[in-house]
This record gives sequence, structure tokens and C-alpha cells, in this order.
Amino acid sequence: MSQNETQEEKVPNIDVERDVGNFSYQTTYDYDAGKGLTEATIDYICDVKGEPDWMREFRKKALKVFNDKPIPLGWASEDLKTIDLDRISYYMAKGRPTRSWDEVPEEIKQTFERLGVPEKERAFLAGVEAQFDSESSYSSMKEELFKQGVIFVSSSEGLMKYPEIFRPWFGKVIPIGDNKYSALNSAVFSGGSFIYIPKGVKLKQPLQAYFRINAEEMGQFERTLIIADEGSEMMYMEGCTAPQYETSSLHSAVVELVALKGAKIQYVTVQNWSSNVFNLVTKRGLALEDAEIRWIDCNIGSRLTMKYPAVVLRGERARGEVLSIALAHDGQHQDTGSKMIHAADHTSSNIISKSISIGKGRASYRGMVQMPRHLKHCKNNTECDALLINTNSRTDTYPAITVRGEGNSVQHEASVSKVSEEQIFYMQQRGIPEAEAMSLAVNGFVNDLVREFPMEYSVELRRLIDLEMEGSVG
Amino acid sequence: MSLEISSLNVSIADKQILKDFNLTIPKGEVHAIMGPNGTGKSTLAKALAGHPDYTVNKGSALLDGEEIFGLEPDKVARKGLFMAFQYPVEIPGVSIANFIRAAVTARMNKEASDAFSATAYYKALYAKMDELKIPREFTARSVNEGFSGGEKKRCEILQMAMLRPKYAILDETDSGLDIDALRIVAEGVETMRGPDIGIVVITHYQRLLNYIKPDVVHVMYGGRIVKSGGPELALELEARGYGWVEKEFGALV
Ligand SMILES: Nc1ncnc2c1ncn2[C@@H]1O[C@H](COP(=O)(O)OP(=O)(O)OP(=O)(O)O)[C@@H](O)[C@H]1O
Ligand SMILES: [Mg+2]
Repeated sequence: MSQNETQEEKVPNIDVERDVGNFSYQTTYDYDAGKGLTEATIDYICDVKGEPDWMREFRKKALKVFNDKPIPLGWASEDLKTIDLDRISYYMAKGRPTRSWDEVPEEIKQTFERLGVPEKERAFLAGVEAQFDSESSYSSMKEELFKQGVIFVSSSEGLMKYPEIFRPWFGKVIPIGDNKYSALNSAVFSGGSFIYIPKGVKLKQPLQAYFRINAEEMGQFERTLIIADEGSEMMYMEGCTAPQYETSSLHSAVVELVALKGAKIQYVTVQNWSSNVFNLVTKRGLALEDAEIRWIDCNIGSRLTMKYPAVVLRGERARGEVLSIALAHDGQHQDTGSKMIHAADHTSSNIISKSISIGKGRASYRGMVQMPRHLKHCKNNTECDALLINTNSRTDTYPAITVRGEGNSVQHEASVSKVSEEQIFYMQQRGIPEAEAMSLAVNGFVNDLVREFPMEYSVELRRLIDLEMEGSVG
Repeated sequence: MSLEISSLNVSIADKQILKDFNLTIPKGEVHAIMGPNGTGKSTLAKALAGHPDYTVNKGSALLDGEEIFGLEPDKVARKGLFMAFQYPVEIPGVSIANFIRAAVTARMNKEASDAFSATAYYKALYAKMDELKIPREFTARSVNEGFSGGEKKRCEILQMAMLRPKYAILDETDSGLDIDALRIVAEGVETMRGPDIGIVVITHYQRLLNYIKPDVVHVMYGGRIVKSGGPELALELEARGYGWVEKEFGALV
């Protein structure tokens, strides 16, 4: 049996229906690095972007690390082998859109409608406009931000215009060699945000990826770096629950957060991928003294998501938190979790993870909490709850907790529950249709977590769960 | 107008429970069903409500002339059949307010649900809660989760009051209620009583029937109704137990 046949057998779901998922068009790009990854690809990217030499070297070093590192099999899934790295386009950008709203498939328009995606965002999400028309909503805010000295630009612009702030932290929280896919991102990244919040500035409004996103930024190898200077506070929101105009099946982002003394960062993600997407993301924050980093993460869909937001609690009294919701349908695997690395006294961390597996969907939780021997008075609380929607679903929990040292405490709770036939019958007896009953139950399961999400996201999220459940009931 | 059940045969897990069961509940009447444990009272309620575990082998149930067997449970409910559960089910994370609201809007067409007024809804909900002496903070609590037995039963009646069914089957709604709660719940049911609703109360105790005066009392035994009569039948059962029923009708079963 040939290699290919073996793979086919293992992954029968690659062409699953994309009813509420992403979609794509045939597109030509003004800049296209072609398929496959070599040093020439990197030169092409650097030349097109006009990047400085230090970045070219950084990228090439990363490419070498990427090539040297084996695929991390036995970690999440053999499925990773099915990614054909030679068939991926590593850099594409285009000047202007080449299609019209009329070409957007009808069911996508309907989904936008039902999700209540704002009118002005639809054209962009559908790939009809290269630039999200955000000037009206953003311009007054931009001026306000500018006055306060906030920098909010693309990562490419950041490295070019603000090297004195960008360079010292870039690749420091997540070094090139952290894992194979962070190395890949380091080699070919484009898009993503660079944000700097000056000392003491407390932003009341969340910064949204929407505000400066364009076709290139939505890329598959996003790179985001956020630095919150001493005593500052900010919230960043990325992604959306709407189906996304999809360029590629491999997405490998890297997000680095730096919260300096007393700073607070909240990073909110809501993503809804179609069943052919590999979403391999590395996210980590560094929290210094009295700083606080909070990841709020919601992953829906994708063939395989591997994402374990982490916080390194480097300064005393630093706090880290990860709140995550994962939903896996037939043929999807959500391998998510969290890492808390305690590296100073009196640090505390909290992890709450909820996963929902539907049909043959699979959700795994991986947690790692490290508290070395010399530390005192550290605390961690971990809760992970799984909800199974039918008997075929699978859920695994792999907590790895290393606590040493005195006066440190770790609390770990895990639960697996099912939506029972009796619950569904009870709700149906009140006149609620089965699919709606199912989404009520699922919404109930994630309810306490969703409350932590910013308002507009929680509303969208509930609608999305409704849509997902509709499709899951026969 | 009636709920007309005829020659109903129901089995669960290959065990036949209801055997040629016949009963007609005209609108405007209250019927009580009494009978020993395991005789099939809850089976009757759940089979009518369309529970998937219960197999209807034979028979029909016409709700105002329309067959309800074969319909999805939510369809049956929207046609106007309400069942207060003997054992209400917990639904974690779903608040009472949101749950009843979902049930109310499920009965609306698109225009009505678009025009749905949350203020009016809460006003109505609070009014019923006050009647049933359910504290208002309950709106935010998850459906039945951590409720005491009596709180669960009261909440069933709250749902009935909000959904205004055409026919209601109250399966041992009196069990688990303290003396005051029994009176409050019974009064709640009495207020709903009227020409537009037919009510079946399943109970083991005559006491409830002091508050909710039934028009007819049925004795159920071995999966069918063996005797029907006026309220005095309940008193007789209370005084004599089921032994005589067994003696008299045991042969039939
Ligand atoms: N899932 C099941 N599998 C097998 N037998 C069942 C199942 N569910 C119910 N039964 C049986 O069906 C019979 C009727 O049960 P039902 O609940 O209708 O009785 P009931 O009249 O409501 O009793 P009670 O007064 O105790 O509430 C009982 O013997 C019960 O054990
Ligand atoms: Mg019973």
C-alpha cells in the first residue's frame, strides 16, 4: 500500500461538507511567492516587503530550525503528517479585489444574515473587499489612541517603523525553536498586529483586529506582538464567528504578549474554521510583577486545532488566566489546553476549559502547570469540563501538573457530561424543537464562561452555537 | 372538544404497561387518576407526550380531533398538551427565565417572535411567580438545578401557567409539597381551571382533591382504568387502600 493510500484511509473526512464553514474562490494575486518553502521563498517575501536584514536573517534561521525539527507526532495527531508543506503557498498578497458580491455563494450570504454580521463587515469577510472599511468607526478612536501614544499597526509596519520597541521583544516570549510550527511562522509570517500601550494608559475600548485588517493580514501565518508598558491596561479581540474567506488550509499563527509591571492584557479570540483547516497556533504571554494576562479563547470547527495559550508568570504576584471553549464536530479534532509556568513567588493562575464534542468530533484537553521547588505561595486552579453530544464523541484530558515547593497549591477538577435524552425530552415537552433544545443545553454548559466574553462576542457565539446544533440534529 | 384516548397499548423495553387503555377528558373538566405504584400512570403521561422510549403498539389519542401519536414531542406540546413531570429534569446553565421564554417563543410565528416584548414577558412571569409564591431570584437560577422537591413542582406549575395548554397532565405534582405549598399549587391550578382546559391530576393522596375538586376520579390498575366515579371514590380509596381493587379486578389483569 502506498503512503498516500494509508493517509486517505486515516482521514476520510477531508472533504466534509462546508455548510457553515469557510469557502474559497479562485484568485490571482499581485504578489505570489509560489508553492513550496525554500530560502528563495524567504528572499521573495523580504524583498516584496522591503524588510531589514536582521529580519531576513531571523527568517532564514527559523527556516533551518523548521526543517530540522521533526513533526511532533504522538503529541496530538498523526493527522499532522497529512499536511503537504510543498503544496502550500507561503506568501500571497493582492492589490485589489477581483470579484463582486454577486459571486458570493448564497448560503454564505444567508449565514452572514443569520449570524447578524454587520453589513459593513460582510463584503470584507466574503473577500469582496480587500480592505475592511472601518475608517468611520475607527478614525475617531485612532486619533484618541494616537494622542495617548498607543501604537496599533500591522506587524510588518511595526518592525519597520518602531524597531526600537519591536525588536527587543520580538521572538523573545516565543523563541524560534519553541516548536516546529512557531519556527514555520517565524520563517514566513506576514500580517498580524503590533501594539504598544504606553505606561499607565488604560484603554477603555477593546482594540479589534478588524480595525486594521486587510487581505494580507488575514493571512495564514499571522504574527502578533503586544507590549503593555507598566501599569497600562488593554483588551484585544481577534477573529469572528462568521465563516471566513479562506485562503489556505494551514493556519499557523504566533502571538506574543508582554505585560510589564502592573500591566493588564486580555486577549480574546473567537474562531470558526471549516473542516479542512489545520490551525496550529502558539500563544504565550509574559507577565512581570503584579501584571495580569488573560486569554479568552473560543475555537469552533477545523480539522485539527492545536492551541495551548500559555502564561509565564515571571514577576511576583503576577496572575495568569485561560478561559477556553472548544467545539468539535464530525471529522474535527480540537486539541486545546493551557500552560501556566510559575516563575516567581505569590503568582496565581486559573484555567477553565470547556469542550463540546458532537458526533465523531473529538476534543482533548492538555494542561501543564509548573511550579518549581524554590517558589513559595503559588496557586493554580484548573477546571475542565467536557460535554458529549452523542455516544461516538471522544474526549480526553491530559493534565500534567508539576508542583513542588511548599505552600503552593493546585486544585484540579474535571468532568465529563452528556446532554441526556431526558433533558431533551423535557425541553421538547415544553414545545421547544429538538435542535433548539440541544443548543439551549450547550449554551447552558458554556454559559458561565461566555459571560466573561465581551458582549458582542457572546451574542455572536450563542447564535453560532444555535447554527451548529441545527446541523447536528437529524 | 376533548382529549380522547382509545385502546391504547404501550410498552417499554418489551414490557407491556398500558393495555387497551381508554379515557376521554372533555375540555372544562378535571379528572383524577389514582392507582398503585407501577401501574402505568406516568407511562400514560409520557406516552401521550411522545417520549421516545415508550412504544405505542396500538391505539390512538385525539387532541381536539387530531391524532398526536407519531408526532415529535415538541409538536405535541405546541398542539396544547402539557405534562408536569413527576421527576422534573435539571438543565444546568439554562435559567428559568430563558427556558420559559424559549418555550413561549417556540409557540409564536415569526412576526410575533420579532415583536416579542421582554418587558411584557417579565411582567407576566413575575405575576405568576408571585401567585405561586416563587421568589423572583428564581428567574436567574438554572432549571430545576439544586431545587428542593417542592420548588421543582411549583416551577412545573409556573411553566403550565405561562404556556396555557389546552390539556394538562399533572403527574404527582402534589408529592413533595409541604402543607402550605400544596395549597398554593392547588390554588394555582384552580385559577387555570376553566372551559378552555382539560386537566388530569395523577395523585396518590385524596388530600390534593380537597383543593382541586375533580369532576371524575378514575382508578387505574394493571395498565387500564378499572373503575370511575365521583370524588367519593377517592375517599373510598383513601379509607380502604387498593386491596379490594385487587380482589375485584385482579382477575382482569
Ligand atoms: N425503562 C424501563 N424499563 C423497564 N421497565 C420500566 C421502564 N420504565 C418504567 N418501567 C416499568 O413500567 C411500569 C410502570 O411505570 P410507571 O412509571 O408508569 O408507574 P406509575 O404508575 O407512574 O407508578 P408511581 O405511582 O410509582 O409513579 C413499572 O413497573 C416500571 O418499573
Ligand atoms: Mg409515576
